Amino acid sequence: MAFKNYVLVCGGTACQSSKSEEIYKNFISELEAAGIKEDVQVVITGCFGFCEKGPIVKVLPDESFYVEVKPTDAKEIVAEHLVKGRPVKRLLYQGEETKKHAKVEDIAFYQKQFRIVLRNCGVINPEDIYEYIARDGYAALEKVLFEMTPDQVIQELKVSGLRGRGGAGFPTWLKWNFTKQVNDSPKYIVCNADEGDPGAYMDRSTLEGDPHSILEAMTIAGKTVGANKGYIYIRAEYPLAIHRLEIAIKQARELGLLGKDILVSGFDFDIEIRLGAGAFVCGEETALLASIEGERGMPRPRPPFPAVKGLWQKPTVINNVETWANIPVIILRGGAWFANIGTEKSKGTKVFALTGKIRNSGLVEVPMGTTLREIIYDIGGGIINGKKFKAIQTGGPSGGVITAEYLDTPIDYENLQKLGSIMGSGGMIVMDEDDCMVDIAKFYLGFTVDESCGKCAPCRVGGRQLLNYLDKISKGKATRDDLVKMKQIGAAMKRASLCGLGQTAPNPVLSTLTYFEKEYLAHVDDKTCPAGKCKGLIIYSILPEKCIGCGLCARRCPVNCITGEKRQPHVIDQSTCIKCGECYSVCKFGAVMRK
Amino acid sequence: MAKMTLEELKKLRETKKRELEKREVTGKDIEITVGMATCGIAAGAKQTLSAFLNELEAQNLSNVVVRQTGCMGYCYAEPTVEIRMPGMPDIIYGKVDPETAVKIVRKHILGKVLINDHILDKPAADIMKK
Repeated sequence: MAFKNYVLVCGGTACQSSKSEEIYKNFISELEAAGIKEDVQVVITGCFGFCEKGPIVKVLPDESFYVEVKPTDAKEIVAEHLVKGRPVKRLLYQGEETKKHAKVEDIAFYQKQFRIVLRNCGVINPEDIYEYIARDGYAALEKVLFEMTPDQVIQELKVSGLRGRGGAGFPTWLKWNFTKQVNDSPKYIVCNADEGDPGAYMDRSTLEGDPHSILEAMTIAGKTVGANKGYIYIRAEYPLAIHRLEIAIKQARELGLLGKDILVSGFDFDIEIRLGAGAFVCGEETALLASIEGERGMPRPRPPFPAVKGLWQKPTVINNVETWANIPVIILRGGAWFANIGTEKSKGTKVFALTGKIRNSGLVEVPMGTTLREIIYDIGGGIINGKKFKAIQTGGPSGGVITAEYLDTPIDYENLQKLGSIMGSGGMIVMDEDDCMVDIAKFYLGFTVDESCGKCAPCRVGGRQLLNYLDKISKGKATRDDLVKMKQIGAAMKRASLCGLGQTAPNPVLSTLTYFEKEYLAHVDDKTCPAGKCKGLIIYSILPEKCIGCGLCARRCPVNCITGEKRQPHVIDQSTCIKCGECYSVCKFGAVMRK
Repeated sequence: MAKMTLEELKKLRETKKRELEKREVTGKDIEITVGMATCGIAAGAKQTLSAFLNELEAQNLSNVVVRQTGCMGYCYAEPTVEIRMPGMPDIIYGKVDPETAVKIVRKHILGKVLINDHILDKPAADIMKK
């Protein structure tokens, strides 16, 4: 029996947290109640990327794109759309541009995207290996097992120009080739799924939406370099991704796509999941390998590189989730096809998690060379509440900020580095005029100081010192000398730290110091915070001539520090005020002043 | 599930691909739209729709989208079905019972021959398209 309609319900973590599972269950029960259970297939898919408007439900073949769906809406969609054929207009996505109900292809969010890594996310059911197979899944593995030599595979990767998507951008073919050439056994394949940047969730969504692509790619690497064992290192706080990986591994084993004698080719390969406890430093490859071995997650000096001496001192290919997800496509379509996309030195696409003060926050995949302006304004829909763009932070705690004047720079590894930031794993946080750069630098540095493993002094001591200075600045107690010292400490950390964590930790501080020196000086010289974020530098007071004594601020104040008679001007007690700004935002008469 | 050989995997992929392709819309150039308003359903449009889907599957046609729509205005001639495909004029057929649906797939879509005794009209211009 053929289905008449298909309902795709987003099953990414973001949509699940707004009850998409309940939506799915309601669809099943409503369809049953309406007697059309046999006619409609309901599928849970991976992330559609348009997280701002989640939960997403897509109905085919009409291509109706329903947004912000609630569990109770399932009834109406079934009764109106699926039974009577009338789409539920109030739930359809309305494009800002057209103001009419849009189909997926009309939505600006998707127009400039090119989805290689996310090719199956939002399209297939990630818990069904057959759907992956139907989308050419495991066809690349077939090719590698039966038609290509290992050298041809490496040649194809070399032509493709694929570079590591974990952030550093090391050519993938070179890594594989090192391991292949080492005369040692056993060899290992590792997938780095220890995504930890604040606000980044590219890898999680890829694993949740298309777990088989990772398994297939790792098996391809195993065959190419001569390894029979793979590990996926993933943090325990990604339960949904782990659950779907476990299902995927089980299904692949049952079909003989993992395990002994894969597809009767004589090649054995199996994959094991290792859970991390969520330490940021374990995303660093040598710390990650130590953690898999059961040691404390601390980096060690390189060389020797993991490609030569990795897991248990054996040659190990270690790549990031997004890098792996590109591999099957490169094998199937050819390296030359892949190399056509992107810029001269950075090929292919990059997935970004777009968050912060942006209208359409979500997951976007664009060709390398796309400009930040296109990502922020065309895809992201601009800044929320019509505020002014101030800066965008890329590369998470290891990256830096990029200001408005560089918005037209094409994004690739080299360009971002030139601007003092990095590609990183793909977090992008948009900031507007209300964000204080000192505060932002303090947030990121606070994160890396917490996550430093403590093994080397430049990172352990330098990070703490730098943070102390930032704290001084935010309290208005710093001098210009301190700014000079901060630059010195930052430079030393960059050169002397053992691993990437320490080497890049000063980046958020140094880049904000470069691009927003005036803002730092305002804190240091004038003892003011222009954005009004640094609590140590602002004072809220009530203007007696404007205050009508309505008492709203006093009722809202969480610490009860505002007093005054009815219809008489009120007063804020500065000794107990916590500077939350609640009075400032609730006053209808502009009587509360922030200085 | 049992362990597969290369041939089995290839065969499985072909079958599953056809199943999944039905879900997709892009790249399909033939469109069948069945009027599924109250009048259409009362006249048997549900059976007609199923007949289309089954025949398309039997003929292994993957480049056809089957859509449902509301009343086309020909309540006296329900179920009504609109066919749009390259190389043929856009046509609305009336009184399409399951048998006629099979005929439409075989003659109109595959054979590119109109089924004269069921032709009602050609679709009105769509004012939403410029």
